[in-house]
Amino acid sequence: MNDSRREQWLDEAAGPIVRPYAVTRGRTRPRGEKLDLVTILVTTGRSASDRLAPEQRRLLTLCRRPRTLADLASELDLPLGVVQVLLGDLHHNGLVEVRVPDLPAEQPDRRLLMRVLNDLRAL
Amino acid sequence: MTYAPYDPADGPRVALKILIAGGFGVGKTTMVGSVSEIRPLRTEEVLTDAGIGVDDINGVEAKNTTTVAMDFGRITFPDGIALYLFGTPGQQRFWFMWDELCYGAIGAVVLADTRRLTASFAAIDYFERRKTPFVVAVNCFDGGRRYGMDDIRSALDVDPDVPVILCDARQRESAKRVLISLVEHAIKVGRP
Repeated sequence: MNDSRREQWLDEAAGPIVRPYAVTRGRTRPRGEKLDLVTILVTTGRSASDRLAPEQRRLLTLCRRPRTLADLASELDLPLGVVQVLLGDLHHNGLVEVRVPDLPAEQPDRRLLMRVLNDLRAL
Repeated sequence: MTYAPYDPADGPRVALKILIAGGFGVGKTTMVGSVSEIRPLRTEEVLTDAGIGVDDINGVEAKNTTTVAMDFGRITFPDGIALYLFGTPGQQRFWFMWDELCYGAIGAVVLADTRRLTASFAAIDYFERRKTPFVVAVNCFDGGRRYGMDDIRSALDVDPDVPVILCDARQRESAKRVLISLVEHAIKVGRP
């Protein structure tokens, strides 16, 4: 392959060179409970094994500060589903933990909503 | 609820979701952008896990996943509550994503355009059936014909309790008012 041809292939418009779910070795479903978009995750400080994917290492670095799944997917510029699988592994292996207990299934409670209302009005 | 002093470096304390739904070109991106810091969020959704065999990979990949670009914005309040806004495509084929977005959400804003009110019917149906609190915000574009509120309400055929409000998605104050009315509505219809 000559150089000019390679450049063509590396052009961004050609799409990602690695298909999104290659990062997860083809797995499309996270291990354990599916993490919600606004689940807040933080590292546990447990030392990671050498077998982590580079993307998982980046996630661990980012999670030194608590971040939501949506934040992480946006910062890594990886599709949400992929990040869900990668974080599922980290969670399963005790490398990250959910910071705030998950929201109740139905709806945030009245007191929290009142708080949000006051926050929005003051914005 | 009492909160200890909050340091933004600690990350959000509580993160809550609001959906912004509506048809193509109705102003979802504009609304998310006018009231929050907007950021890109990609999803590569797998449509089905079935039937992916070694033999039939050729030409099938494109059918197995579909890329959905979402508008994603975040407002972080001084007390550590973070509000996440997700602008999602309104077509029925994206409903598989809405279930996940709706889970535990405060509610939804259905953004509508008076020139194409029918484009919001599917979203209204969805939230009604799912009992997700929602408001309808009619985005008033320049040059868009102004209708009376009663006309719009009867055309939308929403429950009398559902707030229907006019807005200008480009204006921060207007977008803020829409969010405020959604939260007020969620408080009214929600659990005690």
